[in-house]
Amino acid sequence: MNYTKMGMNDKQYKEYVENKSPKSNIIKDCIIAFIIGGFICVIGQIIMDFGMNNGLDKKSASTLTSISLIFIAALLTSLKLYAKIGKVAGAGSIVPITGFSNSIVSPAIEYKTEGIILGIGANMFKVAGPVLVYGIGSSILVGLVYWLINLCS
Amino acid sequence: MDILIQYLKVFLTGGLICVIGQILIDKTKLTPARILVFFVTAGVILTGLGIYQYIVDFGGTGATVPISGFGYCLATGVIEEVEKEGAIGIFTGGIKAAAGGISAAIIFGYLFALISKPDIKDVK
Repeated sequence: MNYTKMGMNDKQYKEYVENKSPKSNIIKDCIIAFIIGGFICVIGQIIMDFGMNNGLDKKSASTLTSISLIFIAALLTSLKLYAKIGKVAGAGSIVPITGFSNSIVSPAIEYKTEGIILGIGANMFKVAGPVLVYGIGSSILVGLVYWLINLCS
Repeated sequence: MDILIQYLKVFLTGGLICVIGQILIDKTKLTPARILVFFVTAGVILTGLGIYQYIVDFGGTGATVPISGFGYCLATGVIEEVEKEGAIGIFTGGIKAAAGGISAAIIFGYLFALISKPDIKDVK
């Protein structure tokens, strides 16, 4: 379109386009991520309290929380609901452990047609693999440093 | 009333950690995989430095449910095991502490993949 005919100069046209094109509004994204992420953590706290009220110690209750949230997210992924939540929630559904679970189940389903070994087995850790490599790798580093400090003191 | 305040703290902490992730996504175009790796590593390092414990003490599951909490779990596990078992704990502590989550992710991931139909249209 010849925008000079619309009585606009370059700068005005730029503003016009910016107004028309869909904005990834960072403030809005952050508010939604905040609410959904916070909400998932509150569900976690409810499960944690349930565990501790039923005789689990803090560590076991925390493990129960992780397992439950992983299960819920796997179920929602299987029902194709987690992707819908993710479209709105952004980081609010990626950063919690439910996002980790989703990152395992989603490729596992997607590559199912390639068989149960090289399809599901190889692809379920496509994203979770790097998470484990860097998570466990850095924890070993922390352990080593801690051990050395203990040794020296 | 106490429980409401606790839940509010959980909500605030968990929400804020996710906001950090959202800012990273919007500002740096990091993919979700990189975000997860960044958070788990940050969780491990902050725990090693003794900082993450304060966040967990304040925010409860608001700090442990985000994937940085998985890093917290790995790092606290490794530190505890080094105290108990010495050098061998460097290798065993992390996964031992995170075993429940990893096993759950494997078995639920596998089972749900078996019973789900791949959605061709939705391939990313």
